[in-house]
Amino acid sequence: MGGLGAQKIISEPAITPEIVAAHGLSDDEYRKIVQLLGREPNYTELGVFSVMWSEHCSYKSSRPHLKRLPTKGKAVIQGPGENAGVVDIGGGLAAVFKMESHNHPSFIEPYQGAATGVGGILRDVFTMGARPVASLNSLRFGAIDHPRTRYLLSGVVAGIGGYGNCIGVPTVGGEIYFDESYNANILVNAFTLGIAETRRIFKGRAEGAGNPVIYVGAKTGRDGIHGATMASESFSDESEKKRPTVQVGDPFTEKLLLEACLALMKTDLIVGIQDMGAAGLTSSSVEMADRGGAGIELELSRVPLRETGMTPYEILLSESQERMLLVAKSGREDEVKKIFERWDLDAVVIGRVTDDRMYRALYNGVEVVRIPVAALTSEAPVYQRPAERPASMDELQRLDMDSIPAPADLTTALKLLLDSPNIASKEWVYRQYDHLVRSNTVVGPSADAAVIRIKGLKQGLALTVDGNGRYCYLDPYVGGILAVVEAARNLACVGARPLGLSDCLNFGSPERAEVMWQFSQVIDGMRDACVTLEIPVVSGNVSFYNETDGVPIFPTPTIAMVGLLPRAERYVTPWFKAEGDLVVLLGRTREELGGSEYLKIVHGLVKGTPPWIDLRLERAVQQTCLKAAGKGLLRSAHDVSDGGLAVALAECCVGGSDKPIGARIELRDMIRGDALLFGESQSRIVVTVKPTDVGRLQQIADKEAAPMQVIGEVGGSRLSLQPFAQISVEEARSIWAQGLERRIKGT
Amino acid sequence: MRWGVIVFPGSCDDHDVYDCLKRVLKQKVEFLWHKDRLPANIDCVVLPGGFSYGDYLRCGAMGRFSPIMQDVIEFASRGGLVLGICNGFQILCESGLLPGALVRNGSLQFVCKPVYLRVEETDTPFTSSAKKGQLLRLPVKHGEGCYFADPATLERLKENRQILLRYVDSKGRPTPAANPNGSLDNIAGVCNEARNVFGLMPHPEDASEKILGSEDGLKIFSSLIESSPRQEKKAWAG
Repeated sequence: MGGLGAQKIISEPAITPEIVAAHGLSDDEYRKIVQLLGREPNYTELGVFSVMWSEHCSYKSSRPHLKRLPTKGKAVIQGPGENAGVVDIGGGLAAVFKMESHNHPSFIEPYQGAATGVGGILRDVFTMGARPVASLNSLRFGAIDHPRTRYLLSGVVAGIGGYGNCIGVPTVGGEIYFDESYNANILVNAFTLGIAETRRIFKGRAEGAGNPVIYVGAKTGRDGIHGATMASESFSDESEKKRPTVQVGDPFTEKLLLEACLALMKTDLIVGIQDMGAAGLTSSSVEMADRGGAGIELELSRVPLRETGMTPYEILLSESQERMLLVAKSGREDEVKKIFERWDLDAVVIGRVTDDRMYRALYNGVEVVRIPVAALTSEAPVYQRPAERPASMDELQRLDMDSIPAPADLTTALKLLLDSPNIASKEWVYRQYDHLVRSNTVVGPSADAAVIRIKGLKQGLALTVDGNGRYCYLDPYVGGILAVVEAARNLACVGARPLGLSDCLNFGSPERAEVMWQFSQVIDGMRDACVTLEIPVVSGNVSFYNETDGVPIFPTPTIAMVGLLPRAERYVTPWFKAEGDLVVLLGRTREELGGSEYLKIVHGLVKGTPPWIDLRLERAVQQTCLKAAGKGLLRSAHDVSDGGLAVALAECCVGGSDKPIGARIELRDMIRGDALLFGESQSRIVVTVKPTDVGRLQQIADKEAAPMQVIGEVGGSRLSLQPFAQISVEEARSIWAQGLERRIKGT
Repeated sequence: MRWGVIVFPGSCDDHDVYDCLKRVLKQKVEFLWHKDRLPANIDCVVLPGGFSYGDYLRCGAMGRFSPIMQDVIEFASRGGLVLGICNGFQILCESGLLPGALVRNGSLQFVCKPVYLRVEETDTPFTSSAKKGQLLRLPVKHGEGCYFADPATLERLKENRQILLRYVDSKGRPTPAANPNGSLDNIAGVCNEARNVFGLMPHPEDASEKILGSEDGLKIFSSLIESSPRQEKKAWAG
């Protein structure tokens, strides 16, 4: 049998500079490989290095920067470095969560790209021993009228729904933005949260020499070979040809895998477990050996295959979905197999743990890979890439307010904004997602944050995802801050305190100094916000090379944040509730328009500096909202963000599922009308209280040093913004409800 | 009353209905594995929502071949109570326990949203605690929930008063706009002629607690509990 393996090796291509380049490795990197091995690698080994040293797996450009983010906190059980982050939620339970990007595959094949993005993040969560209970997603598409946008949007939404609905995990929230910047490079960031017992968290470790390495789940095919390398390249017109590197999802198999793994995790049969995601069998086995300080030996001929004639190279690099790798206790293999048999799944011993810290793969007994584990992990290159602020930033940030004519009719401007696909209702999207399965959804999509209850626990969890690429483009440091504080503010609006966050950092090529500067600045901004608001980063991922033909996307960090409500039933929603309630603005409006949706929609400008941020003021406003919510004072609370105060108020009137309700608002600030209505000043929340409670709210605000102002009263059938604008709530709802859907349907 | 919730490979709402019966309604309930036999002491079998076998073929087309379904058919023929929700309704139609079929939504898209339903008949164990014409607010969430039957079948359904739920607007009118999936005659749920097997597309288990926004779904379960012979005996003895 050895002859067959040997034959395969002989038939492998010889290593040439072209082959090295095709694997995305630089000359320097190849020299380093030769040095680490003390010899030339063979073709299979080159493939292993190429995926393990890819940006996607190695974080070689981002690692020095990521270290600056705070990752510790009193609720943190597991920070970055494992398959997902873990925080304590009380009652012996933990929330396990992570967000990950699937941008490149989703652009090439939107349905399968998005579907397998969901599948991958679900595995990251249940591999830790957690049952997934809620998903979110953060999406960016090109301009709504770009010829490809509708196709991509429809495909991505159907793919997310197709996978999430079928596996029975509710998609409870998300966000979508449209901008020309993403015309040729969309973003699909998928987040999942699971619940586990704090004392039964599983890790991706290979320990105990002689313990069996077991492959479970779907069979291996040729799909997705080099997906990790593809995710580490920029796009060109050639990208369409890479369709075969996009995997195909099978949510039914993953559902079986999920149930079987959770059943397995109730036993004491396993030492470690890890999903096979990017770079498939290679990265899962290497990472497990690395974390356990062990070696690993695989016999590739035992891997269950879907296709005939697959080479060791293909088996190691396949990114076929719905597969897991686990290390069981020696002698317990049959018990493991029995659990998987119940769910009609393969469970095959394909190797064993060794104590030589060597990564070895055999094919029919012939060694085809022999690489020290450290060479693939800790010895992987790390780059301090040059970073430089581009001179064009000065011009970009310059915005002379006097040169922007204030529109004569602000009501028309308000209508334009409500009709903007970035502001209009996203119901067309989220009604395609099952947001109810598992019967935990207390507040679903369309609120500032989703709220789920945890059966058997009085606490509830709130989840939100946020990120504004335009702000980061105009000032990446401030943009980084704003992404974090807005997510925290969203949680405050439903009455939840942040426990931790997971991030997806979507950027252009790190080989560009301006992109590295954006990246570094965003990290600094996020760090400052996280430190001030005491929110740890517990997991996340970096996606570079989001650019096409040399043009990078807006730098887009997306922040998924998880918060705790002391009592699940004490949640607050954004929508006005009853006539006579007083409308109160927490925070302060400044005369600023930079980076606003208004400037883009009404004046066609992406310019200026993003809104001013004072982290102490932000904290004071959030604390006021949280304390008032905790005391049950708030009838509603809504974050002021895209479109400013006028849009926030309109959403309070029309966003609920009940009949819309009006409000009479009087604005007295001495600043220009368009800035007052549509400026996106930060640290503002619109709340309503019963007239008798306004004094108690004032006391809390005074104590927290948060500015507050009664600006009007709920009631009537019009939203009147004296002395600037007014609109009937029926008309406002109709515009807002149709803004996205009518464009998708082309009517 | 003893309930059994069948777990097909790919069932998703099995936990939801189990939790609703056990924690909210304090019922005796167990999961039934699709490869096992139906236990003898079950009063009501629930076929839950989800995607049995992934529903890669027609929805429910594989589920009907699960080993336990032979027992369920036998159980139903003896008058046993069978409730099919969403995918469960699809399996009941595929296995011939209920007339008609469920096809792709008119919109060709999955739809998840709350709808209003009008209770059309109350002389069944599934609707007895509701009033005729009463409106229920329950969520639907499905891609293939468009009810279809040929004219003769529809005529029979009407004659025998087997249509138990219709999609209506907030004022109780069965309008096209109130119909989330294009179902024939706004049909949301039907029973068999013997009135012991009921299938519906909406999910009563996801609208059974105040914190979930509606308790209307309890009407279906409490009807079953109140009409249970065991319950009667207990009340009588007490």
